[in-house]
Amino acid sequence: MDITVQDRIRQEITGTPVVLFMKGTPVFPQCGFSAAVVQILSHMGVKFKGIDVLSDPSVRQGVKEFSNWPTVPQLYVKGEFVGGCDIIREMFETGELKQLLEEKGVPVRA
Amino acid sequence: MAMDAAMIERLIKESLPDAQISIEDLRGDGDHYAAHVVSGAFRGKSRVQQHQMVYQALRGRMGNELHALALQTSVPDD
Repeated sequence: MDITVQDRIRQEITGTPVVLFMKGTPVFPQCGFSAAVVQILSHMGVKFKGIDVLSDPSVRQGVKEFSNWPTVPQLYVKGEFVGGCDIIREMFETGELKQLLEEKGVPVRA
Repeated sequence: MAMDAAMIERLIKESLPDAQISIEDLRGDGDHYAAHVVSGAFRGKSRVQQHQMVYQALRGRMGNELHALALQTSVPDD
């Protein structure tokens, strides 16, 4: 495992409260699953940093190893991996996502 | 690349023998599936851990041969 990529990922997720590793950018997602998570976060008024894995193959592979999770998108809140598209969608529908963000001190639009 | 639903089911069953699995081929193209997996082995695990157990069962195919598997996991009702 490449130490520098893993360190960079760790820096990203601890340096910003909400980080989404995704395909494309929040404005131009390149994949439906990434777009779905962007839509949920935007709907909730959550500020987040999108990191485009398509622009860096080492991050694309590295983030999968980092979380032991085979797919992108991946959402991190306060340094912790929360889930991919299915989990985020499910947590949004049950209200758990809002609860988690509030518990972690991330502002959510009411 | 595609993978058939029976293969997905067989791999999951190998790792989680008690699993009740329903798989839907979302587009009929053998490449976009939705699966609901119910197993007692998920008890006490977080959603992330439950999904990781299923991905583990698929042994590296998820994200490669298998492009899209919308996954839902749960524990059986008592």
